[in-house]
Amino acid sequence: MQSKGIMGMTANDFYVQEILKWNGWGYNDSKFIFNKKGQAEFTGKRYRLGGMVLPTFKEWIEKTFGASLEHKTTSRASLNVNDVPPPIVNEEFLQDLRATKISYSQDAEDRVFRAHGHCLHEIFVLREGMFKRIPDIVVWPVCHEDVVKIVELACKHNLCIIPFGGGTSVSSALECPEEEKRTIVSLDTSQMNRILWIDEKNLTACVEAGIIGQDLEKQLSESGFCTGHEPDSMEFSSLGGWVATRASGMKKNIYGNIEDLVIHIKMVTPRGIVEKNCQVPRMSTGPDIHHFIMGSEGTLGVVTEVTIKIRPLPEYQKYGSVVFPNFERGVACLREVAKQRCAPASIRLVDNAQFQFGHALKPQVASIFTSFLDGLKKFYITKFKGFDPNILCVATLLFEGDREKVLQHEKQVYDIATKFGGLAAGEDNGQRGYMLTFVIAYLRDLGLDYYVIGESFETSVPWDRVLDLCRNVKERIVRECKEKGVQFAPFSTCRVTQTYDAGACVYFYFAFNYRGISDPIHVYEEIERAAREEILANGGSLSHHHGVGKLRKRWMKESISDVGLGMLRSVKEYVDPNNIFGNKNLL
Amino acid sequence: MVPHSLFVCSQQKELTSKKRDEFEDILEERRLSSDLRYAMKCYTPVIYKGLSPCKPNAIKSVVLQSEQVQYVIKQLAKEMGESPDIIQEEAMEILDEMGHSMQLGTVRFFAFTLSKIFKQLFQRVCVNEEGMQRLQRAIQEHPVVLLPSHRSYVDFLMLSYLLYTYDLALPVIAAGIDFLGMKIVGELLRRAGAFFMRRSFGGNRLYWAVFAEYVKTMLRNGYAPIEFFLEGTRSRTAKTLTPKFGLLSIVMEPFFKREVFDTYLVPISISYERILEESLYAYELLGVPKPKESTSGLLKARRILSDNFGTIHIYVGQPVSLRTLASGRINLCPYNLVPRHLPQKPTEDIQEFVSDVAYKMELLQIENMVLSPWVLVAAVLLQNLPAIDFELLIEKTVWLKGLTQAFGGFIEWPDNLCAKKAVMSGLTLHSNIARLVDGHVVLNDKGIEDGAVGEIVFKRALVILMCSTYRNQLLNVFVRPSLVALALQMTRSFRKEEVYSSFSFLRDIFSDEFIFFPGISLKDFEEGCFLLTKCDAIQTTQQEIYPTDKGSVVVSFLSAMFRSFVEGYQLIFRYLSKETKEAFTEKQFIPGVRSFVFQLLEKGTTQCYEALSSDMQKNALAALVQLGAVKKKKMSNGFSYSVNQEAIHKILDVFDARTPVQKPMAARL
Repeated sequence: MQSKGIMGMTANDFYVQEILKWNGWGYNDSKFIFNKKGQAEFTGKRYRLGGMVLPTFKEWIEKTFGASLEHKTTSRASLNVNDVPPPIVNEEFLQDLRATKISYSQDAEDRVFRAHGHCLHEIFVLREGMFKRIPDIVVWPVCHEDVVKIVELACKHNLCIIPFGGGTSVSSALECPEEEKRTIVSLDTSQMNRILWIDEKNLTACVEAGIIGQDLEKQLSESGFCTGHEPDSMEFSSLGGWVATRASGMKKNIYGNIEDLVIHIKMVTPRGIVEKNCQVPRMSTGPDIHHFIMGSEGTLGVVTEVTIKIRPLPEYQKYGSVVFPNFERGVACLREVAKQRCAPASIRLVDNAQFQFGHALKPQVASIFTSFLDGLKKFYITKFKGFDPNILCVATLLFEGDREKVLQHEKQVYDIATKFGGLAAGEDNGQRGYMLTFVIAYLRDLGLDYYVIGESFETSVPWDRVLDLCRNVKERIVRECKEKGVQFAPFSTCRVTQTYDAGACVYFYFAFNYRGISDPIHVYEEIERAAREEILANGGSLSHHHGVGKLRKRWMKESISDVGLGMLRSVKEYVDPNNIFGNKNLL
Repeated sequence: MVPHSLFVCSQQKELTSKKRDEFEDILEERRLSSDLRYAMKCYTPVIYKGLSPCKPNAIKSVVLQSEQVQYVIKQLAKEMGESPDIIQEEAMEILDEMGHSMQLGTVRFFAFTLSKIFKQLFQRVCVNEEGMQRLQRAIQEHPVVLLPSHRSYVDFLMLSYLLYTYDLALPVIAAGIDFLGMKIVGELLRRAGAFFMRRSFGGNRLYWAVFAEYVKTMLRNGYAPIEFFLEGTRSRTAKTLTPKFGLLSIVMEPFFKREVFDTYLVPISISYERILEESLYAYELLGVPKPKESTSGLLKARRILSDNFGTIHIYVGQPVSLRTLASGRINLCPYNLVPRHLPQKPTEDIQEFVSDVAYKMELLQIENMVLSPWVLVAAVLLQNLPAIDFELLIEKTVWLKGLTQAFGGFIEWPDNLCAKKAVMSGLTLHSNIARLVDGHVVLNDKGIEDGAVGEIVFKRALVILMCSTYRNQLLNVFVRPSLVALALQMTRSFRKEEVYSSFSFLRDIFSDEFIFFPGISLKDFEEGCFLLTKCDAIQTTQQEIYPTDKGSVVVSFLSAMFRSFVEGYQLIFRYLSKETKEAFTEKQFIPGVRSFVFQLLEKGTTQCYEALSSDMQKNALAALVQLGAVKKKKMSNGFSYSVNQEAIHKILDVFDARTPVQKPMAARL
């Protein structure tokens, strides 16, 4: 590492970058492959699915996408350093930077690694092309003061800073504006990853913003605490990133979303440092300045330290699942659960297509007995209860808390489910459902190898429109694909992932086989855009938690009105008049 | 305006690439095989893919329990201090009065009797089979709204009959409440899928809520295709009536609120070689009241069974996707900010869109409306009264056929019959209107000579109105080039901008008489000029338009075709400018203007019999209201009108070409 020109760091500090894929999702050692027998398999030991054979998965892919193992595309094996745009860095800045002793790098791989998030087009570029513009230099501050110095230098030399946390953005937020002529500094917060203090009396912890989700939970658990904030990306995303995008966690029903969790934020801006004078549960001092920061997507400054609520680790956790005869009944049940305000830590409802998809990811069963039991369950549900396997859908549940209360709670939820024709379908199905959440992200890389491209997107919507929105968006996707010449019907599926008093969060997966299409990414983007238009026309939001970035900017005016946009702009103009934080997100 | 371009472009495209389907005669099969077996055939119709089947009565209870209706019930209960139960009961009564109760048994009964009747009345019933196939696919895909033209009571009977024949889901049909006045028949229609709406219920919120929800529930569930008449009532003149928007906006709402993914609107053109009600209509237009719908009246009318009414042509148009029409045009935000079950007044955008769609659908109806040779004969004859040489009539008819086709008219010339035979067969079928005497064709005004002057005028008016019913079928095809021709004559100048000003004046004046897509006067003008240029009638330069030498025949024919409207409107305007000092109601206006025209006809100072038509009178009044020359005020018992004399005189002056049209529009040309 040292040899690559990084100053003052040890190789250990770059551990994360080294174990992650450079051109896909997640860990290098974890991926879907087809083994010698042509069966699908998930590699590595990090996940429960690791090392397991998935006997029906190949057939599912072939059936769903019309894909064939014979038609393969491959990514280039490694980054071609010669393709990488040369860094533009002025020498005076470098001198000033060296004087601060803050580590930095101009290495091509380091710069490319921080030039993107995980949108489909970004991964596609990594596999087959090169970004037109990437950061010119990467800096690794280790504390708040380092950040202050970097921002001062950026102001002095008129540079552009793009903060980088976990790099899991799916809104094109990390892409460098092509027309940016100034030096682009990627400010990687990963070395600001300490828990500064834990306050057990008030149940808060002050944490540096670069900490990654799973590390935060691991370290807090050593003291018997957790934040309970578990976005699907928590293995890789950072606390600062959560704040900057208004993240939402799977267990928000107990712990709340990021805006409920945050007690205090410290942010470095070109104007100076913004923070509050106290760490209180609520205050009435005009509009909450935290709300300028949360969702600002790196356009105003760098979040350096966050005081976040913590909770004692739950005594007991229990998964569960319910099968419903159809999606309509399932949604009605979730609505009732939300109405009675008895939602478990997590409750999710997947539609039939996703249920079948989950089924296809079932590993080979270990014993005849399990397989016999599975068969029996299937028989009971489809034959005895008359559920149509091509219509039924499944809710997965996660309960947390005191053992006794969990059991009580569980009963309450299952009772409601029964009223809507739901049948309890066991803990194991529930747990597998949640495990798949993490593994599913790896699937896109497999798809890309076989001409299948896809992505997820999300929205929030009032309860009464959930069904219409789900149906219409899925139908729109199918139609757009047909119109755009996609030869096989796309995989277009959704799940309700969060429930609120007044509505729900809906998550869509959309993928298709692009053989025969010359510009698949363009086609994909047009369809995604049409799907977003459809969401908005159906009364859904522009985003529930992914954020706007550059991908969804065009709908901001429609979303928050001219005046609303002006309000945000005026904040930006005051805080950052020279557009130092020039990632061009949001506005 | 950008949004309009979608509509306009598609119209222009259709103009140049007109390819129409072939027709099949569905009666042929009926004449060959048993009607009873046909009526009892296994009927398993094609239905909407998302249909959850339910009984007619189940729909009623869904409607009654719907949030929409319950909301209005609670609201009214609160306002009137009544118990919601009472209002709920009222709603139930409304539903019982309104709701259809379609039964297969009754459908079969109709299938049987209508087979018998249709075979008696009509020579052929021709349908474009491809249209039926398109409809079949559409019905499975999305909720479907059938929008037929309305010339006769036969329309909806025939359409249901057709769908039954082709094994498609039978439509539910919005019918006027007056049918319920007919014993047995009303109930029969109800069981055949008719549902009944009161003629006016604007003020009755409960009625409106129940009715709208009833229609929308059937649409959302894809229960059955929904059929209604954009024109609102049978056109007594065979000229398309300007559209009504109420029902159309109801059926569009589920899409606006995204309760359905899309909705198909299917324009259907039904044309009759001879209209069953032709003489009834003429009497009605002349002020002899329409007989109330009654069963005994229907039975009396059975003598028409011995008469021949020629061929019916039904052209099922391309289903139009509402989603495609709305794409990029409708801002849905207002629907997102209010719960969907609350009654919400549509925004101006939406109203404008609904109106555009209504006009577009009517224009599509017109485009696919089959024109028989007789229609051409009638048009020639009316320009050559009192008599025309038979050979000359044939010659002119053939000439007009070419012109009509050049203008996009859809002529069905039976089996490529020679012109003489075609004209002859038209004369035979319409012997009550015209006949051949000594090598000349004259109006059939038997018995006119021996009456009082008034009676002669009345009888003559009857025949002329009947005859004009057929010529009228051409008018919407000809209106754009003809108004250009008229404008050319009015302007007495060749300057394009002046001609356009006159054109645009005429288009405004006749906005209720003919069907114009709203707000595209210039496009219409250009289309008119284009068609005239196409048939070498005019030449245009950058600044000027002038008739060519040989084009003067076309230009004068075209303007003569619309002469009766120009003269009729002038008479009506003159009446208003002279005879009305005080405010008046429509009930006073119609008889007043009628006797005014009548006197002039008796004196022989005018020959414009068509000005006696109450349809023309109403349209002229409506146009003046729109132009602001007449003020319309809502009174407790209908509307009252008062004339702005100055404005009327101005309009009359323009007609008489005493003053040029004052409209500096040049910049837009």
